[in-house]
Parts: sequence; C-alpha cells; structure tokens
Amino acid sequence: MSGAKRRQSYDGVVACVPVTIPYRRYSINSAHWWIGRALRELVRQTGLRPTDLDGLSLSSFTVGPDTAIGITQHMGLSPRWLDHVPFGGASGVVALRRAARAVQAGDADLVACVAADTNHVDSFRRTLSTFSRFAQDAVYPYGSGGPNASFALITRHYMKRYGATREDFGKLCVAQRANARSFPHALMKSELTLDAYMAARPIADPIHLFDCVMPCAGAEAFLVCREDTARSLGVTGVRVLSTIERHNAYPEDAIQLRGGWAVDKHELWDMAGVGPDDINFVQTYDDYPVISMMQFEDLGFCGKGEAAEFVRAQSFTHDGSFPHNTSGGQLSGGQAGAAGGYLGLVEAIRQLTHSALGAQVPEAKIGLVSGFGMINYDRGLASGAAILAGPA
Amino acid sequence: MTEPLSRPRRKNPLKKTQAPLTPQGVRSRTAHGLTAAAAEGRFELQVCADCAAVIYPPRDACPACLSARLPFKAVDPNGELVAETTVRISTDPYFRERTPWRIGSVKLDCGPVLVAHLHGDTIEGGRVRLALQLDRSGAPVLIAMPARDVPNMAEDVQLREMTCDPKFRRVLITDGRTQVGQAMAKAFSAAGASIVFVGIADAWKPFPGDAALKAIERVEIVPLDITDTESVTELAEQNGGRIDIIVNTAEYTRPGGIVERRGLVVARQEMDVRYFGLMRLAQAFGPALRFRGADGVNSATAFVNLLSVHALMNWPAFGAHSATEAACLSASQAMRAELRPGGVKVVNLFFGPTETEWFQSVPPPKVTPAAIAKATIDALTRGLEDVFVGDVAEDVRERLAANPKALERELAGS
Repeated sequence: MSGAKRRQSYDGVVACVPVTIPYRRYSINSAHWWIGRALRELVRQTGLRPTDLDGLSLSSFTVGPDTAIGITQHMGLSPRWLDHVPFGGASGVVALRRAARAVQAGDADLVACVAADTNHVDSFRRTLSTFSRFAQDAVYPYGSGGPNASFALITRHYMKRYGATREDFGKLCVAQRANARSFPHALMKSELTLDAYMAARPIADPIHLFDCVMPCAGAEAFLVCREDTARSLGVTGVRVLSTIERHNAYPEDAIQLRGGWAVDKHELWDMAGVGPDDINFVQTYDDYPVISMMQFEDLGFCGKGEAAEFVRAQSFTHDGSFPHNTSGGQLSGGQAGAAGGYLGLVEAIRQLTHSALGAQVPEAKIGLVSGFGMINYDRGLASGAAILAGPA
Repeated sequence: MTEPLSRPRRKNPLKKTQAPLTPQGVRSRTAHGLTAAAAEGRFELQVCADCAAVIYPPRDACPACLSARLPFKAVDPNGELVAETTVRISTDPYFRERTPWRIGSVKLDCGPVLVAHLHGDTIEGGRVRLALQLDRSGAPVLIAMPARDVPNMAEDVQLREMTCDPKFRRVLITDGRTQVGQAMAKAFSAAGASIVFVGIADAWKPFPGDAALKAIERVEIVPLDITDTESVTELAEQNGGRIDIIVNTAEYTRPGGIVERRGLVVARQEMDVRYFGLMRLAQAFGPALRFRGADGVNSATAFVNLLSVHALMNWPAFGAHSATEAACLSASQAMRAELRPGGVKVVNLFFGPTETEWFQSVPPPKVTPAAIAKATIDALTRGLEDVFVGDVAEDVRERLAANPKALERELAGS
C-alpha cells in the first residue's frame, strides 16, 4: 500500500533473561504451577520482586478456565500492562513485538513474557477435540489423527508439488536430534540416524514417528525491558531488529503450500537492514519438518519450492553451514503446548548472548526466529518472525 | 475395488462383545444445518445469499462479504481429491479401533475445500462426489465417494460405519399380517438380510398372504403380539441378541376425529397397538440393540418406525389416528437419544394414506406397501434418519415448512 507509514524501529528495547523450566512428558501439576515456576525463575535471575513486574504476557492452552487476568491474582502480580496471546506456535514472536512496543512507549517497564502448558494423561486428546469450532465441526470427527493427519495432507501435497522426499525431512530431524544431544532439557536425546528415521512406524502417511513432536509439559519465559533497565539488572539482552506477523494468509490455496511470511518477508529484511546471508542461525517452528522447509522458502533463504534442494546443500547442526533449531527444536525437545511457540525465541536469546545451555553457535551475532501456529481447520493460520541481534 | 462383504461367522459365545464407541458428535448450532441435510440424504452447504459464495466449514458470517444470510442449499457435490492420508495412530477411542482410516482434502468445483472420510474406491488426484452422512454419533460427516458407481459400493468398511445396510443382518418385522409387513419381508430377503424374523400373533388364525410370506427365502415366523408385554419380552429373551434391525409394521388405522368419535375404546386400542406397542418393543429390545452396536459385520444398527405423515400435522378425518401417530413420533425422538450411545439409528418413514383396506374410501395418490418397503431398504442402505415416502408425504412436508398454520386449515377442509 503506497503511503503506508514507515514502521518505527525497536531501538532501545531488549529481550533478556531466557528461562526454560525443564519439560516433562506428563505432569500432574497444573498450567498455573508451570507459570509460577517460570515467573519465579525470572525474578530469581534478576533480583526483582514479583510486584516489580509491571507487564505480563501469557500464552497457554491449558490454563483454562483462567486467562492472563486470573493469573495476576493467582501469582500476586499487579501489572499495569497485561496481554493474553493464545496463538500457539506464533506466541513467542507475537508476545515479543507487543511487549517491545509497550516498553518503548512507556506503558510498561518490565514485561514478563511467559508460555506454559501442562500435559496430563489424556489432556492432549481433550485439547484436540475442542481446539477450535472448525476443528470440532470439521476435523476432529474425521479419524481423529489430530495435527498428524492435517500435516500429513499438507506434507503429501508439498512432496508431490515440489519433489521433496522423506530423506529431506529426515535430514532436518536427524540434525535437530544431534543438536538436542547437548541440550540438557531436551526430552529425546538418543542418537537418531537417517536409517532409523526412514524405518520408523507410519503415523499418518507420509508422516512417520520422527516427523511428529511429542506433547509434554513445560514452560519458557523471557523479559522485555529497556536496554538501560537490563543493564541496571546486570543482565544482557538481545536487540529486536525487525518483526512481522500475519494471520490467515493465502486462503485461496486449496492446501497450504506457503505461510504468511511470504507476504511480509521484504518488510522483515528491509526493517532489519540485513539479508539472509547475514543470519548466523535460524530457529523455525518445527511441529513437522515440512513447515520448517516452508519457512526456509517463505522467509527468503531459498526460492519457493527449492527447500528440498536447499536442505540437500546445507548442514543444520550448530556447527553446520546453516545452524537450525540449535537446542533440538520441538522435534527432539518436546512440544510443551504454547511453550513450543517460545522455545526458538528463548534459545535465540541464549545463542546471541553466548550463554547456550547446549552447543553454542560460534560467532552468533544475528539470528532469525520464526513462529507458526493454530491449525484452526486445515492449515496453520498464524505466522510471525523476528530478527534479533546480540549486544552491540 | 471394494471387496464384497463376506458372511459373518457364527459368534463365539465365549468372546466379549465389543462395546460400542462413538466418534465425537458435538457440533456447533450452525453445523447442525448439515445434520438436517444428512438426515434426509441431501448434500447441502451454506451458500451466501448476498454474494453466492459456497462456504465450509459452517460459519456465522460470510468470509467473502461478511453477510449473515447463509442458508444451507443444495450444491454441486463433485470435486477433486487433492490429497489423502491414512490415519494409523488415532487419539480417539472410536477410531483407534478402526485404523487404518483414510481421510482426504476435497476441492469442490463450487469452491470450498473439505476434509472428508474416503470411500475405498477413491484415488488421490481423481474425481470424487461428496456425500453427507450421519456417523455413529448421529453427527453429520462428509465422505468422498467414487465419481461413478462401482461394484459392491455399499460394502466399503468406512461407508458401512455410516449406514445400516441390511446385507447379512438379521431383521425383525413385528407384524406379518399387514400388507406392509409382508412387503417388508420380501424386500429384506431380497436385500440380503441373513434372517428375516416375522412376528405373527395367534398363528392359528389364518390370514391373507400367509403361504406367500412363509415361502420367502430366509423368513422365520416367530410368535409376537405387540399388545402383550409378555409375548414381546419372551421373543426378546430368545432372539434379542441376534436381531440387528427392527421394523415396526404393527398398524391400527381407524377413521374419525376427536369430538365425533364416541368413547375411548378405539382410541385405547390405537394407543395400545401403536404407542404402547412401540414402547414394549423399545423396552424389550432397546438395551440389546444398544449393547450390540459394534458387534461386527452384523452389529445392531437400526430401529425403523413407520409413521403417518399426519404425525406432523393432524388430519381431522383421521384425527385420533393422527394423534396416536404424533405420540409415536415423539417417542421416536426419545428413542434416538437413548439408542445413540450404541450407534443405533432410529429411522422414521413418513407416508400418507396407504393402498390398504382402512384407507379404502380415500382418493389417490396413495402409497403401496411395496413402495414403503423399498423406501425402508433405501433409507437403511444410505443411512438416512428421516424419509418422506410418496406424494402426500412430500406435499405435507413442503406445506408444513412453508406455512404450518395454512396446512392446519387446509387439512381440516380436505
């Protein structure tokens, strides 16, 4: 649109204090418990009192019947800025860009961004069957393969259209497992070979076991504040060079072949003032490897339909030519509900502040984090991305 | 190619009967527009009254123009199966027992993309025809069928979960003395039912059609008087565990209104045969039907009510009869709710005056017993829930939808 106002930078704002509460396959604790652990870790690392947090952004599928407002009383917070971001895999990027603007405008000084979900025995099935009105009316009654079946259709269509193979997806999964092996909190750390990937049992053709994330309980969090506030707290933050967000892009595509990143990628790169070659690592939302490949394409690391070629040409471990999902991603780390939408962002903050819990990407200065989420009906609706830079 | 169904083996009495489970049946209020269409075998989706966009999944605002005028209308069911998958691992207990289960994305020629169950004879990239069905929970679902009919089409395992196909099933026809009962026996035998139990009260009393009825293949006469609780209970105790479909053919039709008729004797008799008879059948056979809803190829599957269309609006010339039929219709709605947990359908067939002795003085059009029997088989094979048989029934249904008050006045005058 001509005449659109040029977007303002995020100068002076940082994301800091990356927190991960170690995941568990199943938890008897509530989402509230996991939120509480994450908040406590944020204040412990900064020496703040809980009431010093004057902003809260919450993402959780399992906190019901509460929302962010109930959590303020539950946790004894009294924020002057409050947000609830129920966007699944896009939650991290969306929470970051909203909190950054709030801090920049002075509406809040210290925004705690928290994503947490519990996973009781059988809670995953319950979440799926009531995930959305369209899911209830038009997806769950069809074989109830859940997201595996939805992504099977997307993956199959993508493979047919662009010639990607299971081996291509496998290469990403195997590299992520290698990255996970040094990450202390990853749930799956046994070695994964391409042979084992190929031989895994089918779940919903062409999706096999190692294409799927494992639902689990966990929490991720970070703090958004001004650069000088971070300095006074004695913590190092990362700068936000640019962000994008888009929902329900390309409804005309019969089956999802691309995400909203493709609409906004030029803005993302222009605003950041860097190009794909300047990026030292990429954290994609990896609920299934096909989505990581779409992100490579739609964010501009390769042309549309060329991700298979790209995957064959690159290596994806922390020391590879294209370090990707350096803590193992959700595929090896586990998918802790909405925390899955924070995992890449929290890992990016660690990599850029050279405080990785596992393998450190050498010379990590600029990183890209991408989010994707909400299979409302037949496709993921939410997409977002952020380019972050280490301390100046 | 769909494999023809093979005759189920005799049941091992030591094996546990598989408990019936149902798929998730909760739908939004708007999505029940699909339920209404599926119940009568129509294929309808929302069509925007303002911009003509065809819409799916069901919505409360048009995604093209935000209109709220989104009626369900018949649309072209043809399209392409763009992508398919076979679900091998399911979180849902019903589907877990039925994997592998094929689903796919169908792009309809008229616009929307729909996730649907797949008939075994559909292929990815090929043309398909979508149909709306009621699944075992009674909720509407889409299934992609082959674009053209194929051999043994009704015998597809996924489709059969949504229908009540009589093939290899055992049916009870509750009254074989009626012409409808006899036509029904013939039709079920021809449709491949493995046993056709036909109830006869006071078997020593001869009746027209007696010999022809007994000559029908796989017909087995059983003693049944549906006005006698003991008789109904006894039959249920003996055969209830191997009856998969019940068709209640007991009838009692007498002319006369409410004011004009003297005393309650006839009305009581009507209620005893029709309403209490239905209740006796429901109480004696219902629990076994519901228990056996997932009992293999010949699982319990349907209870069929034959109802006067004047159950929906009283016809004063047969005023007391209409009232009795209305009571039976109301009972059938309760039975639907009670049998649904077993995945057992309650099918209601509505029709006008039949070509039988008690409607002798009524002018045509009238419905023949054979037409009612044919419609019953068709309804079961297609998995329908409400069926209007014949011109009078169709006419009443249309007039009722257009203006119930007008219909009330019009029926009084005819």
